Amino acid sequence: MPPNATANTPATAIAVDDLVVHRGGRPVLKSVSTRIAAGTVTGLLGPSGSGKTTFIRAIVGTQQVKSGTVEVLGRPAGTKPLRRRVAYVTQDASIYPDLSVKANVAYFAALYGKGRAEAMAAIERVGMGDHAHRLAAKLSGGQKTRTSLACALVIDPEVLVLDEPTVGLDPVIREELWDRFHALANQGTTLLVSSHVMDEADRCDRLLLLREGRFIADDTPADLRASTGTANLEAAFLHLIRELEKAN
Amino acid sequence: MSLRITFITAGRILRQLLGDRRTVVLILAVPSLMIALISAIMDAAPEAFNSVGLILLAFFPFMMMFMITSITLLRERTGGTLERLMTTPTGKLDLVGGYAIAFGVAAASQTVIAAAIAYLFLGLETAGPAWAVFLIAIIASLFGMALGLFVSAFATTEFQAIQFMPVFVVPQLLLCGLIWPRDQMAGWLQGVSDALPVTYAVKALNEVQFNTEITSEMWVDVAIVAAAALVATALGAATLRRRTD
Repeated sequence: MPPNATANTPATAIAVDDLVVHRGGRPVLKSVSTRIAAGTVTGLLGPSGSGKTTFIRAIVGTQQVKSGTVEVLGRPAGTKPLRRRVAYVTQDASIYPDLSVKANVAYFAALYGKGRAEAMAAIERVGMGDHAHRLAAKLSGGQKTRTSLACALVIDPEVLVLDEPTVGLDPVIREELWDRFHALANQGTTLLVSSHVMDEADRCDRLLLLREGRFIADDTPADLRASTGTANLEAAFLHLIRELEKAN
Repeated sequence: MSLRITFITAGRILRQLLGDRRTVVLILAVPSLMIALISAIMDAAPEAFNSVGLILLAFFPFMMMFMITSITLLRERTGGTLERLMTTPTGKLDLVGGYAIAFGVAAASQTVIAAAIAYLFLGLETAGPAWAVFLIAIIASLFGMALGLFVSAFATTEFQAIQFMPVFVVPQLLLCGLIWPRDQMAGWLQGVSDALPVTYAVKALNEVQFNTEITSEMWVDVAIVAAAALVATALGAATLRRRTD
């Protein structure tokens, strides 16, 4: 695959080839492949249990894989140089409940050589400025998620991988977050966002539809609607599943 | 391994610890209270207290480090923060080093308070210098930390982690010579005792107890505990997996 073949072909940030993952002896990902372009927002959609988190963990390099390759920014996933360039926001907020919001963000910032001012800026960016001194354990679910997100934003990653970051969030904040994701992508950050909410799919530049460990679609939202002849993405997803079931 | 990240990690762990005032008070006060209790129990036998009180000065930091390390690391594992840290520039040894420094500070504070009370108010006497007792206590506490780190990999809940105490800590307490002289135990049990690192911490303390000068035997015993701490740290660090199922 020629990188940067033409000016119109953006560089590939994430390349996955024939990835197979088994967990507890069961196949979770059954040979999936895709290319994710730099500076885009890619949505990873699928029902819970379809393998979204496993796919994400393979990209950040915390998942044991059975076979296949995962390359991020041209290097094997999870290798040392990538740990400064790739940020991961887990599904359950991975923050320290016995530290304040500010102490949490400042800690992750410090690991990357960033200071308190940058930590406060990241806290403001997720709308947690008024809660900076509260203990993380006392926060609501959505506030924890936003704190966890701030811990990732503070490091200015080139690749930002988010596992269901908008679950349980206020619609206004959700809207703001999606605006922020696009702002980051416009600055060149590559984002991979998983969701099981179809109404978020339209906000992505490209969609990966995962079902039972396989991609059943890897396309832009517009092309997906056009190719399935449906008006919305929920219907498109259903259409694809029925097609597959008929084929079987 | 990065010294900067190790210290940042230690700072974070200390901040967590200091945020929990009740735990801080328990860590600092309980060993002193227990040693005072032993001193009162052995009121008529100051010689016995000299031996038992001294051993407890090293045993408490060992036990405390085992407990708080196994529980806090279990929280890192189950709370998702360990997985997150493994995607950051934090190395496994940075994390282990951060724990060693942070909890080492806690163990040192605990030991200084308990030793000061034992020496100044409870009449504890050793032929050798108090700094040697302090050194042995710190090395024993680091072994406790390493053991706690290792054990945290085999517990899935805090309840289980607590249950590991009777398995890993109590036998060392029973067999180290504290409750019964080692040479009067069944022969095979003496062999088991010889294999337990805390035994050597107690032997080192005995050297300090009876010799004005630091003996080479004490250094050998201290080195054995230190080596056990290093081995347990290596085993514990090996349980910190970057990639998991």
